[in-house]
Formats: sequence, structure tokens, C-alpha cells
Amino acid sequence: MKLMGAEILVECLKEQGVTTIFGYPGGTVLDIYDALYRDGTIEHVITSHEQGAAHAADGWARVTGKTGVVLATSGPGATNLVTGIATAYMDSVPVVAITGNVGASMLGRDSFQEIDIFGITLPITKHNYIVKDVNDLAGIVREAFRIAGSGRKGPVLIDILKNVQSERAEYVPQKIAPPHAKVVPARDLKDAAQAIAAAQRPLIMVGGGAIAAEASAQVRALAERIDAPVVSTLMGLGAFPASHPLFMGMMGMHGTATAAKLCLESDCLLAVGTRFSDRVALNRDKFAAGKTVVQIDIDNAELDKNVTVTHPVLGDVKEALTTLIPLLPAAKRTFSAHAKELKQAERAAQKPPELGHRILIEAAKLAPEDAIVVTDVGQHQMWTAQYYPFERPRTFCTSGGLGTMGYGLGAAIGAAKATGKHVILVTGDGCFNMNLNELSTAVTQELPITILLMNNHALGMVRQWQKLFYGHRFSQTDVKKRTDYVKFAESFGAKGLRIDRESVIDGVLKEAFATPAPVVVDCQIGSDENVLPMIKPGQTYDTIMTEWEEK
Amino acid sequence: MMNRYTISALVSNKSGVLVRVAALFARRGYNIESLSVCKTEDEELSRMTIVLNGDEYILGQMMKQMDKLIDVKKIMRVEEDAVSRELLLIKIRTDASTRSQVLEISQIFRAKVVDASPEATILELTGKPMKLDGFVTMLMPYGVMELARTGVTSISRGKTTIKDETDYKERI
Repeated sequence: MKLMGAEILVECLKEQGVTTIFGYPGGTVLDIYDALYRDGTIEHVITSHEQGAAHAADGWARVTGKTGVVLATSGPGATNLVTGIATAYMDSVPVVAITGNVGASMLGRDSFQEIDIFGITLPITKHNYIVKDVNDLAGIVREAFRIAGSGRKGPVLIDILKNVQSERAEYVPQKIAPPHAKVVPARDLKDAAQAIAAAQRPLIMVGGGAIAAEASAQVRALAERIDAPVVSTLMGLGAFPASHPLFMGMMGMHGTATAAKLCLESDCLLAVGTRFSDRVALNRDKFAAGKTVVQIDIDNAELDKNVTVTHPVLGDVKEALTTLIPLLPAAKRTFSAHAKELKQAERAAQKPPELGHRILIEAAKLAPEDAIVVTDVGQHQMWTAQYYPFERPRTFCTSGGLGTMGYGLGAAIGAAKATGKHVILVTGDGCFNMNLNELSTAVTQELPITILLMNNHALGMVRQWQKLFYGHRFSQTDVKKRTDYVKFAESFGAKGLRIDRESVIDGVLKEAFATPAPVVVDCQIGSDENVLPMIKPGQTYDTIMTEWEEK
Repeated sequence: MMNRYTISALVSNKSGVLVRVAALFARRGYNIESLSVCKTEDEELSRMTIVLNGDEYILGQMMKQMDKLIDVKKIMRVEEDAVSRELLLIKIRTDASTRSQVLEISQIFRAKVVDASPEATILELTGKPMKLDGFVTMLMPYGVMELARTGVTSISRGKTTIKDETDYKERI
């Protein structure tokens, strides 16, 4: 049957099982919006700004594992997506971004709202397209979804000229089979299995790749079979249950002291879906020097990229572990007992938490059991990673790679929309101000989002670095905004609450979590609460700072 | 240690592929000496030959990163013994007193005269890049007015071809 390009696009989205998209209309996507209107089966969530829509599609994808979709017009609509696309790219999140562009006759003439979004997004997408012929459209949309959702996942952009949307072409419906990862043959894992079996002190490092591959059960089976302690990167949180006796917490710049010690002591690192980023390895030359390193990754270019790997394994983490586990002899190791002792000692030595930490600890206790946690970027993000016990994969959304301040609210909207579950957004006053316009979206959509706004009247993480490295010269980080966030929330139609002392935490949080709508909780915390432990950039794990010290 | 490496790749014959590859080099900070692109026997594919300066790590990373591009279908490292050629066009300042000396040098290198005028001679030479380098050095004293080189293009010896390589994207 002959359909208009815009109709073909809608049909192709339905082929992929897309039920919800996020976006913002404009001149060059009017045909697509008209086709969506006439079709009526795909829900469209309009945000306040295209950046919010891009983050919402990202949040949707992270909690569901399915590809998120965002739609925007040409020019500024398209450029407003850029930060959201880059965020998804750095964290390997499957997103398909669709933009309109001016018609073929206007292209290349600097027409109104014309921009080369193909060129702009080239280095921040897994792949991108500009569609100039309506006959190519269906094939491109199908390929875009396949690319976004297979291998190392990531964002794909499709830029569709305006004339293509209204021109007609033959459309033949297709049934889409979900992409399947290939089996990793045992011969690829034999050497790695021998190295692991021979190790005295194996340590499992779990990263975001384990979540992307839905390999939580396999990671757990592996850890239990070889009795190895598990540490997680920021992106890996939730892949392995925090309550599991073998879980030793987050590793890296703000990881636990236990994780740091185990990394130093281990003779065999088993890296599962992690790329040894600078926030994890810190000093890439020394981090794994002299150790057996088994790295399993689906991206060939990550093997051996940041640290030298003795046993690289290319493949899907779930498939690789499924093959690997039976090759490993079950064992009991003194190293895991030692790890448990370290963890216990670290916990026992913990100081009474400051207000920000306290709120997070209480929130973890009082939140609905299946709540999803989203963060922005900075101190509050690290506190959440350290203090919130993530038990299941896809319950935590955070911008790990790009570190996008302003990511949280859009992502929370996407996560809430996708699951219908209660979402806790932990943010700071710096980050919240970047995209607080999306509170109106959350209110309109009646989404159960509790926003814990860690209001320290400062850009806390940058300020912490200024304390450590810049002699307390607080250049532009003592923000001291006069915003009343309770009134702000109310003016947007949300509920506003405030925590300014410990005694009210319990009552305020209970009220917030009982509210099936957006609630902004203005948490008045001190400007000098720090994130500890900390390993300074480029330093080795033995230099970990567990008490605040300035030299 | 810095070395010179050559990579061959079969890529989709589509607009935007060259910019994708070039953008990748720029972003990762790879140092490219030459890049040549041509049509192939398959109209859907183009062939790229890239010469880069770097070490084994940079070579490995560059090949893996290129391999990840959807439009890169096959990629291989060109071995030392492969057939590699480059074409040079060079315009030399010549007059009655120097022309015969320039022609003598051309004969040694088996270069061809493709244009002659009272004040200039254009020579054409095909060969390995080192041979071209040597030729240019010899001509320097006479006054090189301009030159153009195509960049290296390579093909492996024997019956194996680039098509025998496996695409990394097929392995996952």
C-alpha cells in the first residue's frame, strides 16, 4: 500500500512496538505530528524543552531495556537534543532520535531553521542518517532500531527532509524479531577460565554492560560459584544486589575503602561489561599492573583500550558468562571472607551521617520497594550511589559518562512514564535549575516523582574540588539563589515540602512517597558536606582519602 | 615507538562515509599521513587506504574504532610485503640549461614527462612512497613549483583478499 513518508514512519515505529515517544513539534515535523494524530495509537509526551524529551527517552530506555524514542523539529529543536543524545551515547543507552529538516529544495541554502544535525551528531551517535528519498525511509527506520538496540547499544539519529514526509512510497509491513546476541564459544573462554581458576584472590568488577546484557543472574551465579567478592562501577549499580554478602560496594573515585583495598590486593580482576574509565581506574597504567585481567565486553574497541588486559573476551556479557560459568570449578576462598571483614569494619567505623546522607538513608528505608532512583550529577549523585542499596538492575538512572547536569528530571519523567512506579529523583540546586522547566511536564503527566533537592546553596562537587585543589577560592560556586523551591513547586502545580532538620525527615518523606504526583522536597543541607572516600584524579588506589584532609 | 602503518578498508559507497572516518581520526587524535578513496569492482563499496603514524596501540585502536562504524564493512592491516603504490605529479622549474639534467634524473626513476613548456616540466611517477620521496629530494635543487601525490593505495599479494577478513559486527 502507498503511504506518505510520515505515515510510513509511524507504521515503522509501531512495528518496533513503540508505545510512547517524547518530543516537541515544529515546522518541519508537522507531517509527522499529523500522522501521529491521525493514527492515535502512539502516546506522545510533550516536554518543555527538547533536551528534557531526549533525557526522557533515555530514562525510558534505561528502565525498560527497550529503545527510547524522541522526536524534534529542525534547527534549534534538533540542536536542543544534542546533550541528551551525547548523554545516551556515553552510557550506551538505546535511543532513536528523529528530527525533521527543511525540504530538498531548501537544503543547503541556510533556510529558516535549517541545521546540519547529521554533521553535528556524527561523533555522538552510534550511527545517523539523513533521509532524502521516501523509498529508503522504512528500511532506514528498521536499521536504526536494530543498530540502537544491538551490540553495544547507543543512540541513532534519523534526520528526515520535510518533502520526504509528505511524499508517497509503497509500504510493506514487517514483523520485527528482536536482535539476539551471538553465543560466545567455549574456546574463546578456555584461557580466561584457567586464569580465573588459578587465581587466589579473584575480584569481579561489574559495569553497565552487565545491565545492558540483562546478565544479573549470571553475574550472581559467577560470584557464588567462585566465591569472589563483587565491586561495581557507578553504571553497574543494581546489576548485583547490594544486600548480597559478596557485594563490596562501588569502586572508583568515590568508591568504598573496601573496594579500593580489594582492587589493590586482588591478583585477578574479572571485568564484566566495564571499560575501566578514568573515574574507575584513575591511574590507568598502575590500576591493573601485574594482575591477571579478564575483560568481557561486547565492544572490541574497549578491550585493551584503557588498561592492558591479559585475557580479552569479545562478546555479549550474558552469553559469555553462560559459557564461562560451567568451565569454572566451584570454590571457597579466604579472600571473600577477608572482604566481608573489611566491609564490616568499614561500616562499623562510619561516622554519623550528615543531613544529606541521613535523608538518603531514610529515603531508602521508606521508599516503595520497587521505586526507581534517578540522579543528576555531582555530590548528591555520589551520595546516592554510595548510600542507596540497589537490589535490582534497571532501578537506577544516572549520567555516568557525560556527567550531564540537568539530566535527572527528564530521565525521571521517562522512567515514571515507562514503569508507572514511584520515581525518586535525587538532585542538587545546581542541576535542578538547569532543567526545572520539566516540572510542568511531570505535573501535566501526573507522574509519581519525588524530587529530593539537595539544596546546599552551592555547586557542591566543584566547590569540593576548589577546597582540595584551588585553595578555597570559591569561584562561582557559592550560588546562593534566593529561590523558594516550595513556592516554586506550588506555582507549577506540584507539592512543595521542606526538610531543614533531622527531626522532620521521616514525616516529610512519608508524605512525599504517599503522594502519587510530583513533590519537590527542598532539603536544606550544609554547603560543606563532602563526598568521601575520594581518590584524586590520576592517583592510585592506595592514596584513597577516607577522612577530609587538605594539603 | 612511532611507525608508519597502512590500513585498507572496504566501506559503503555512500555520501558521508569519508566524513565519518575523517571525524573519527580527528576526535581520537590519530595522525593520518594519507588517505585515498576509490571505487571498487562492487558498486556498493568503496576502498580506503589509510597511512598513519603511530604505535601498535594506536594502530589497534584505530582499526577497532573504524570497525565499529556501521559503514565500514571490512578492514585489514596492510602487511609490509603487500603491493603498495602511490602516484606523483611534480612541476619542476626548467630552462634550456637544466632540462637535460632533470630528464636524466627522471630516467633513473623511470618517471614520465607529461608536460613540457619553456619554463617548466611536469613529471609523473608511480611507485612506493619511499621511491617518490627519493625522486622529490633529487629534484629539489632545480625548484619544485608544485607537486601532488595521491596517497598510497595497496593490495595484498597472493589469492587472499580483503574480503576474507571477518567483520567484527558479525561476531557479536
